[in-house]
Amino acid sequence: MKAVCWMGVEKMSVENVPDPQILNPRDAIVRITSTAICGSDLHLYNGFVPTMEQGDILGHEFMGEVVEVGPSVNGDKLKVGDRVVVPFTIACGRCFFCEQQLWSCCDNSNPNYWIAEQMMGYSPSGLFGYTHMLGGYSGGQAQFARVPFADIGPLKIPDGVPDDKVVFLSDIFPTGYMAAENCNIRPGDTIAIWGCGPVGQFAIRSCFMLGAERVIAIDHVPERLQMAQEGGAEAINFDEADDVVALLKELTGNIGPDACIDAVGMEADGHGLPYLYDRAKQMMRISMDRPLVLRQAIMACRKGGTISVPGVYGGFLDKIPFGQYMNKGITMKTGQTHMMRYMKPLLDRVQRGEIDPSFVISHRVPIDKAPEMYKTFRDKQDHCTKVVLDPWANVAQA
Amino acid sequence: MGRRNAGVRDARSDAKRLGALITGGSIALYGLSRRSRGGIALAAAGGWLAYSGAKENIPSEMIAHSSMIINASQQEVYRFWRDFENLPRFMNHLENVKVTGERRSRWIALGPLGTRIAWDAEIISERATEEIKWRSLPGSDLEVDGVVRFRPATGNRGTLIEVISVVIPPAGELGRAVAKVFGKDPSFMMRQDLRRLKALIEAGEIPTVEGQTHGPRSAKVAALRVLDPDHPVRVGGANIKDVLTAKRRIA
Repeated sequence: MKAVCWMGVEKMSVENVPDPQILNPRDAIVRITSTAICGSDLHLYNGFVPTMEQGDILGHEFMGEVVEVGPSVNGDKLKVGDRVVVPFTIACGRCFFCEQQLWSCCDNSNPNYWIAEQMMGYSPSGLFGYTHMLGGYSGGQAQFARVPFADIGPLKIPDGVPDDKVVFLSDIFPTGYMAAENCNIRPGDTIAIWGCGPVGQFAIRSCFMLGAERVIAIDHVPERLQMAQEGGAEAINFDEADDVVALLKELTGNIGPDACIDAVGMEADGHGLPYLYDRAKQMMRISMDRPLVLRQAIMACRKGGTISVPGVYGGFLDKIPFGQYMNKGITMKTGQTHMMRYMKPLLDRVQRGEIDPSFVISHRVPIDKAPEMYKTFRDKQDHCTKVVLDPWANVAQA
Repeated sequence: MGRRNAGVRDARSDAKRLGALITGGSIALYGLSRRSRGGIALAAAGGWLAYSGAKENIPSEMIAHSSMIINASQQEVYRFWRDFENLPRFMNHLENVKVTGERRSRWIALGPLGTRIAWDAEIISERATEEIKWRSLPGSDLEVDGVVRFRPATGNRGTLIEVISVVIPPAGELGRAVAKVFGKDPSFMMRQDLRRLKALIEAGEIPTVEGQTHGPRSAKVAALRVLDPDHPVRVGGANIKDVLTAKRRIA
C-alpha cells in the first residue's frame, strides 16, 4: 500500500510498504477513504519532537471502512463493513483513566510507556502516527491502517454523511471543542484565542456554541484571520499590534479576557527579544519549546480566569510568569483530547446541521502530493489552512 | 559492612565500564550508519569495546522491587499470578515456566545470544489472594528469593500488587549471562513487567507495534531496536540471522 513516511527532518516521502496486519486480538484494519495533515504533524516535520525514526508512517486524522477485525473485537460495537472515523488517541476502555473518561490518559495503549516514563514521568495514551515515545503506531496517511482496541475508539458514521463533514471528528473538531469546554464558559464571557489554524477555528465556533459573547482571535495569516471573522470572532493581527497583551486589556475594559486559549503550542511565531531568545534556544536544542503564547495568555487573562492549552508542548518551558499566574488565581486546563467524550455529541451537531466542519478545508489532493503539501502547509503558502488527502486518487487525474 | 565497601568499588568500576559501553556503543552506531566497509570495521571495533565494557563485574545480588495498581479484583490478579505458567506472557526475559508439582515449577530465562538460564523454584509459603513466596532449589543456575503481595487499592481502584525479587547470580560466564538478563536496573524491568501484566488483565492484551508495517528504516534505527532494553531480541538457539534481520522483524 501507499503510505506517507517520515524519512528525516523536512523529508517526507510516499513509500510502498506492506499492508498492515492484525497483531493483537482487539485490532481492526481500516481501508482509509479520507485522511488529513494535522498541525501537530508539522512539529514532527520540523523535527522538534524527539523519538521519531526514519520510516515512521504519519497521520492521525483518518476515516474509512472496516475490512478486518481481530477475534476479541466486540461484534456489537464494530464489524467488517462499518464506516468509521478513527480518533487519534488510542484507549483500552478498561483502565482507571478510561473509566474516568480521561481517554487520552489511557494506561494500557502505549507499548513504549517506558520511554515516555523516562522523559515525562508518566505516559499519556498511545497515538497514531506520532513519536515512538507515544507508541510509534503506524499512522493513517496511508491506504490502510491497523487500529488497536477497535471496539473502543472508532465512531460509526451513517451512510449519506460525506467524509468531508466528519473526517475532522478524528482530532481537530473535538480538540477545538474541548479547548472551549476547558474554558468553563459562562454566558456572556469573552474568550481570547491565540492561533487561528484549524483547531483555533473550531475553538472559536465551539466557544459560541457554549455561550461565549465575544471571541477575540489572534494570528498573523490574513486568510486565517478572515476565516475567524467569518466564524464571528474579532481579529487581531499580531504583526500590526504593538503589544497584544495591552490591546487585549484595552478591548476588555482593562479586565482581560475571561479565558484564554493557546492553540499554538511549542512553535509560536512572534516579534521582539523574547521571541528571538526562544528561537535561538530551540535552534541550539537547549529547549524544545517557544512558549511565547503561553506567556502572553498568562499576562492577558483576567484575575480568576482560565487558560486552556490544546497547543502541543514538548518539555520544560522557560520564562513563564508564574508569579502572575499564581497571584491572579488563574486555572489552567490542558491535555490531549479525550476524544471518545466528544465524537458522538459532535457528530450529532453535524447531523443537525449546526456546523459543517468542511469549512476549514483549503486543499484536497491525492496522497502522492503529501510531501509537497507538508511544506505548503508549514509555510502557510497558497492560502493553505487544511489539507485532506485521498489515498486512492490516481495522480494523473489531479 | 562488607557490602557497603563492595558498593564503593562497584561505583568506580561502574563509571569506567559505562564509559566503555557508551563510547563503544557510539562508535558502533556511527560505524553502522556509515554503511561502508570502513564503517563495518568501525562498528565491529565499537561493538567489541562496548562488549568489554558490559563484560566486567557481576553484581553480588540484584534486587527488583516494584508495585502497580491493577483495575481488577484481588482474587483475579492473585489467580493469574498463582498460575506461574502465565508469567512469561508479561515477563519479557522469561521464555517458559512449567509447573512441575503442587508447589514446584521450572523456570527458563533467555540469556544473551540464545543462551538459556534455568532454575527450579518452590513455593515456600502462601496466603490465598494475599501473598506468595518462592525460592530457588539447589542445582539451579541462579539463586532467587521472590515474594508477591496483593491487597485492595484505595478508593476501590482494584488491586495493589507489589513484587520483590532478589537474584544472586553464580560466578563466571553464567553469572555474567544472569546479570545481562536482569539488566542494569532490575526494578525498571520489573516495573515494565507489571505494566504488561496490568494491560493483559485490564485490556486483555499487551499493546504492541512489533511486526507492524512501516517505511524503510535506517541502519541506526535497526541498531537502536536491537539494543532496546525493554525488547530483548529472542534468538532461538544461537541463530545470529534473527538478530541481523531484526531490522525488518521489529517495528
